[in-house]
Amino acid sequence: MKSKFQIIKNFKIFGIISCILCIVGIVSLIALPFGKNFFNLSIDFAGGTEMEFNMHAAVTPDMKGEIADLFKEATGVDGTVVEAGSGVNQQAIIRSTSIDTDKRSAVIEAMKAKFNLTDDDLYNNEDVSASVGNDLKTAAFISAILAAILMMIYIAIRFEFTSGLAAVVCLLHDLFVMLSFYVIFQVQMDQNFIAAALTILGYSINASIIVFDRVRENLRVARKEPFEDVAERSVWQTMGRTINTTVTTLLTVGMVFILGVPSLRNFTLPLIIGIVSGAYSSIFLSASLWGKFRKIFRRRHA
Amino acid sequence: MKKSIISFIAVMLVIVLIGIAAIMGFSVGDKTIIPSVFDSENGIRRGLDLVGGSSITFEAQLPDGYDSGNLSKDMETAQEMLRERLTREGFTEASVTLQGDKRLVVEIPNIKNPEDAVKILGATAQLTFTDADGKVWLNGSDVKEAKAQYGRISESSVKEEHYVQMTLTADGQKKFADATQAISSRTDGQNWMAINLDGVAQSQPGVHERIDSDSCIIYGSFNADSAKSLANLINVGQLPFTLDQVELRAVGPQLGSNALRSSFVAALIGIALVAIFMIIIYRLPGFISVIALGFYMVIEAVILSLLKVNLSLPGIAGIILSIGMAVDANVVIFERVKEELRAGKSVKASIDSGFKRAFTAIFDSNITTLIAAAVLFWKGTGTIVGFATTLGLGVIISMFTALTVTHFLLNRMVDFRIKNPKVYGA
Repeated sequence: MKSKFQIIKNFKIFGIISCILCIVGIVSLIALPFGKNFFNLSIDFAGGTEMEFNMHAAVTPDMKGEIADLFKEATGVDGTVVEAGSGVNQQAIIRSTSIDTDKRSAVIEAMKAKFNLTDDDLYNNEDVSASVGNDLKTAAFISAILAAILMMIYIAIRFEFTSGLAAVVCLLHDLFVMLSFYVIFQVQMDQNFIAAALTILGYSINASIIVFDRVRENLRVARKEPFEDVAERSVWQTMGRTINTTVTTLLTVGMVFILGVPSLRNFTLPLIIGIVSGAYSSIFLSASLWGKFRKIFRRRHA
Repeated sequence: MKKSIISFIAVMLVIVLIGIAAIMGFSVGDKTIIPSVFDSENGIRRGLDLVGGSSITFEAQLPDGYDSGNLSKDMETAQEMLRERLTREGFTEASVTLQGDKRLVVEIPNIKNPEDAVKILGATAQLTFTDADGKVWLNGSDVKEAKAQYGRISESSVKEEHYVQMTLTADGQKKFADATQAISSRTDGQNWMAINLDGVAQSQPGVHERIDSDSCIIYGSFNADSAKSLANLINVGQLPFTLDQVELRAVGPQLGSNALRSSFVAALIGIALVAIFMIIIYRLPGFISVIALGFYMVIEAVILSLLKVNLSLPGIAGIILSIGMAVDANVVIFERVKEELRAGKSVKASIDSGFKRAFTAIFDSNITTLIAAAVLFWKGTGTIVGFATTLGLGVIISMFTALTVTHFLLNRMVDFRIKNPKVYGA
């Protein structure tokens, strides 16, 4: 097949682009255990209380001030107030550190009295203690590492160790790109992020495998051809599939992002980033990395 | 040819019939064989984030020196206490489940403001033993342990039955002797002792004589469950820990119904777009894959209903995501078929070798997604488990439909003598 440009030969360019995309995510992740948090963590991870009231009115800055004062008076704790929704029927979201049920009741009663609300207007009422938040963080790390190791073992069995390594590097790449996106745009990270991230682990490696499968097949008949050429050909042969599958998945997930409620949007945004990154890494990185790892591996054993 | 037309129509008919069964439900007599997807009682249960409601997580605050060997027994007692309180408050649809080893998750559908429930459920239990006038004779600290037992209650009785055995402390034994003496001397109808949790009677055994012993039994018309339940409730008095609310998730009913409606619309539009895309890119095979996608969706709906999956928002995301991914296997196959066609093979040969060669790619790539779903199912909590379930099921069903239904229908197309490679996207 005639290729428009050389993917494997230009690995340096794609590698540098990837490093730039990943660096923010990697640094933020490493900084986390040292007490520096660059992520916008939701109460799911950080712990805290979040309440959402339907105000039946536009939430003005004045009203936000009133709500913050009311919250402080009822609980003795400072809360931040943001608006959600649009038009003349907006919601007010109050966030604070975790407060107990007595204080939450006090806030709800005060809000009901002051703004003439009913229990129906309490759209959301969430409280997560710091211990539950920390458990979630630990569970997230363990799940991600566990999934990556299991996948690497599976690929090493079905293909070879070097391809397993390449697939896992691609997968970590996609994960770091997602993290970078969250840090740079300060998107709030909640527990759905874990599910989305793990789905991307599976999905991204899925794409790499399609490429590797073709390389494996082409290698059987092309014994004299250099590995780079086989890899290049394989990437182009699977290009149609990679792009078309990415498009169909983006069509359904994208619709949910556009039409869904806010909590579903929080779920689909990381999926979209990961799916795009997954397509990029399987096209531009996976086969090249396999070639690189193969060389290193062979030299050592030569 | 004739045979092919019949089998083609048969497949279409099967899809339509399963589809009707999935939507309307299918029952023989009174017995539901396949619950309808809209039947939230027998089929897919809707999560709290869809119907509105509260999920409250309590954690046992273990004191220093607590013997962790007792934890599972004590958690069972705490669970029984929460169930009793929920029933008393009228939350008959609520559930209490153990999460990890020291957390209990209470889920209450359709509750608007959960704060009262949090207070009532998390309160320290008050166990009292009172007489007909309400005088308190003993409380929880006087009881050492209560156990559900089965056997003959005395040497002279013939039949075996379920009963509750209660062991008292030394102090409790003295109080109990006084109480039983006073109560047994009352007239019939007044000579009973009530066992109360939070001031509400749980059991009212009659007392016929003074009992001066460190153990006594409560008997009469118990079954295994009711005996165990009463024993657990009596043990509430000795719970060595308190329950603290560590997590609360309350969603109003309006937000929930918005979520369900908008995701339904999003799914429909998404599916339509995928169908259009597949037909434009792959022509006839694309059209076949849309039929296979229809088959996939009705099968998925039936299986989700049969498994009574607890569907939450992430679960819906899992379904929609898996629809997008479901066509992946078809894409891999069709790309392969196109290549074979370009290499000059006949349509029939191209389809056969396309399927054969695409198999390893489809198999290996789906296994890795299943690994991710399995880890989420195993390590995740709450709504994440629902997501893992729908994603995992979706991957398995989509692989099955691509390898069977798509293959079968494409072969019928060949039988219909549709052999122009252009129709196959080449």
